[in-house]
Amino acid sequence: MLTLIVNVAGLLLIAAIVWWFWIAGRSGKTGADRTVPAAGREILVKDGVYEPDRIFLPAGSPATLKFRREDPSPCAEYVLFPDLEVSAQLAVHEVTEVRLPAAEPGKYPFTCQMQMYRGTLEVE
Amino acid sequence: MSELKQTFRLEGASCAGCVRKIEGALAEVPGVEDARVNLADKTLLVQGDATAEACIAAVKNAGYGAEPVRVSERERREQQRAEEQRHYRDLLKRCAIALGLGIPLMAWGLLGGEMMVNTPPQQRAWGVVGLLTLGVLVYCGGHFFTGAWRAFLHHNANMDTLVALGTGTAWAFSMLVVAAPQLLPEAARHVYFEASAMIIGLINLGQALELRARGRTSAAVEKLLELQDPTARVVRDGREEDLPLEQVAVGDRIRVRPGEKIPVDGTVDEGSSLVDESMLTGEPVPVKKSTGDFLSAGTLNKNGTLLFRAEKVGAETRLAQIIEMVKNAQSSRVPIARLADTISSIFVPTVMIIAVLAALAWFNFGPDPRAAHTLVVLTSVLIIACPCALGLATPMSVMVGVGKGAEYGVLIRNGKALQQASHLDTLVVDKTGTLTEGAPQLTEIETDAGFDGSEDDLLRLLASLEQGSEHPLAEAVLSAARERELTLLETRDFEAITAHGVQGDVDGRRVLLGNRKLMEREDIDIGDWQKKVQELGEKGSTAMYASVDGKMAGVIAVADPLRMDATSAIKRLQKLGLRIHMLTGDNQGTANAVAKQLGIDSVHAELQPEDKERIVGELQDQGDHVGMAGDGINDAPALARAEVGFAIGAGTDVAIETADVTLMRSSLHGVADAIELSRGTLRNIKQNLFGAFIYNVLGIPIAAGVLYPFTGALLSPVIAGAAMAFSSVTVVSNANRLRWFKPEETA
Repeated sequence: MLTLIVNVAGLLLIAAIVWWFWIAGRSGKTGADRTVPAAGREILVKDGVYEPDRIFLPAGSPATLKFRREDPSPCAEYVLFPDLEVSAQLAVHEVTEVRLPAAEPGKYPFTCQMQMYRGTLEVE
Repeated sequence: MSELKQTFRLEGASCAGCVRKIEGALAEVPGVEDARVNLADKTLLVQGDATAEACIAAVKNAGYGAEPVRVSERERREQQRAEEQRHYRDLLKRCAIALGLGIPLMAWGLLGGEMMVNTPPQQRAWGVVGLLTLGVLVYCGGHFFTGAWRAFLHHNANMDTLVALGTGTAWAFSMLVVAAPQLLPEAARHVYFEASAMIIGLINLGQALELRARGRTSAAVEKLLELQDPTARVVRDGREEDLPLEQVAVGDRIRVRPGEKIPVDGTVDEGSSLVDESMLTGEPVPVKKSTGDFLSAGTLNKNGTLLFRAEKVGAETRLAQIIEMVKNAQSSRVPIARLADTISSIFVPTVMIIAVLAALAWFNFGPDPRAAHTLVVLTSVLIIACPCALGLATPMSVMVGVGKGAEYGVLIRNGKALQQASHLDTLVVDKTGTLTEGAPQLTEIETDAGFDGSEDDLLRLLASLEQGSEHPLAEAVLSAARERELTLLETRDFEAITAHGVQGDVDGRRVLLGNRKLMEREDIDIGDWQKKVQELGEKGSTAMYASVDGKMAGVIAVADPLRMDATSAIKRLQKLGLRIHMLTGDNQGTANAVAKQLGIDSVHAELQPEDKERIVGELQDQGDHVGMAGDGINDAPALARAEVGFAIGAGTDVAIETADVTLMRSSLHGVADAIELSRGTLRNIKQNLFGAFIYNVLGIPIAAGVLYPFTGALLSPVIAGAAMAFSSVTVVSNANRLRWFKPEETA
């Protein structure tokens, strides 16, 4: 009986991992950030996540994002927008402005150098 | 209290009453935790996360003025270094506390101490240890747990997730053993508190060492920043004062004394001096600067006093642009990292699944004690997997490689250019300005026996004629006349005849200068001069016939001298396996002569500017990986077409903006340096990627217990933790080896 319970629990755990990190994470979340103009708010870099991690911008015009890094670990030191060829070094306990060029509509991931911090810029 | 601090410069504050009023106004602003006015230097320091705009508005409402004090890049860097140092000490402290508990516990186990929980006294004793371990997990490893939780809420998983799960599981299992040993078979009543504490300690140690090693990767930018003096001696209203660089404005007159650095870009108004520009251009010989000459921030004034006018300050100076470009390139991605990026993005959840599968396998098929084995395997797999090593493999090498390039005057635009430069097998070189000085000189003048005058008389006539010409060769004739201090004569009816030459009336005499076609057109007998012209052409000079009043008067030859180091640079490039193609607008004979002197086999002569891009394209169509070296202005289309465009522009703004690689030094050796460096960096990246892949590919199965049938033992989670902690340090340290890179020329 114990063997069955452990095995079922293990398989459920695997299913939960797949669902939570790969399916639910990509299917989109609430549109709460959609209403807030990205240029007007700060993106907090702390404890392994960008907050918010989904940023919405209008297509065709350059924008400036403000990153406030509160995590002194080196992981958080850089933010990269590889598809836009933009990167910036973030100062600890300070707001760093990152200028983005005008972009076509689409999704542009942004990450730290080690890809542990992850976010998506959605240009609409 | 928030660590965010902002400084403002105040206007109108002069007494203690003002201080109270301003501080009172700031206290009302949401987010302000503390506000202090320093009346001596009229500054306001605000602590808290209030916005600068809100603070300024509050000061204005109180009746004063305020503006944010701009912090220089150098000061900002120093602040960040101090912050890093604080974080480093913090990590070491956490490591010491965690290991302070973990090492004695581990020693107890290794020396045969009881690690099983079977009796109530053992329960009580291990219960106390469990609580101490919890303290360690919270104080020394709390950031892993909060990071893991926040990442989880964002459907994300990172290194924190693995560490938190690994150490948390070991602690929770051990506490279950302590609280209710009867639930587990006797052989499985083992506690693993030492593993939790040791792993937390080792990973903190690994992060501290990594932080140290990473600090060294940005040494190149530090060096560039150090070129910038923090103050400038500004002359305003007849008075000289040392002002912080942030207060220097365009148009300010600045005095630089011998031994001082030039603080901002500008043009010399008064004085003359030798200026060492080697830090920006790599040219070791100081350059003489006098009225009207341009000065670059960061260069060193050697022997005289200069008074100059500031033209570019702050982020606009050439030095600031170079620093910005290096910083951007250092953090750009390399195409080779794409696979590692893809793996990184699914790495942690995959490892979690592998850990669960491995644990289930041990639970179902493993020998007794199954529960203990299951836990050890689960913990070890989670802990040994290192996404950081994989993620750090390329960025660290790019950071050091790009920085090293800047030290040698090689500015690489981004990681892509760095990677492509390493694959080049063909280099297309524009002759003028790259292989040659780009400033033609008169090398020969001979008069015909029938000409009624001396060489100087002929040169005077020809130089007078060329006054109206815009041809590059005309400048060589004119400067030769200037050198010989000849007075030029009046010229009339000047005409440039395309592909032939020039003609006009000089002081009443009909003068022609051009090629054989011009002489034939005008029915002028060139006699035996054709042989001489051919000889000169074979030496690499461009020779022209001159006639005066319808008779042959002589020939002149003009040549663009080869750069001193062009031959050795070409040899070096060929040794690197590159086929060199020379492009030039010169005639075939002259081009062949230059190519022969340099040892270049492939020559494309008599080209129009637009042909250069076409040739690059044709070579690419043949399957060659083509780089192009040019001056960055005239060759822009060809530079853009090539896989890597090297602008030998001595750092002109245009070149910095357009080229993939900008060479601050006007030498082809820079191209060889760039290629050697890119190959070295790519080799380093591959070593790192290979190491990180192999580490995970071997480490995870070993942690899962594949060696158990041969060794009869499972990998200890503590060893897994140590391996994980040091894997990223190893990657960063390997990248740091690039700091010892030396181009072959200087090695």
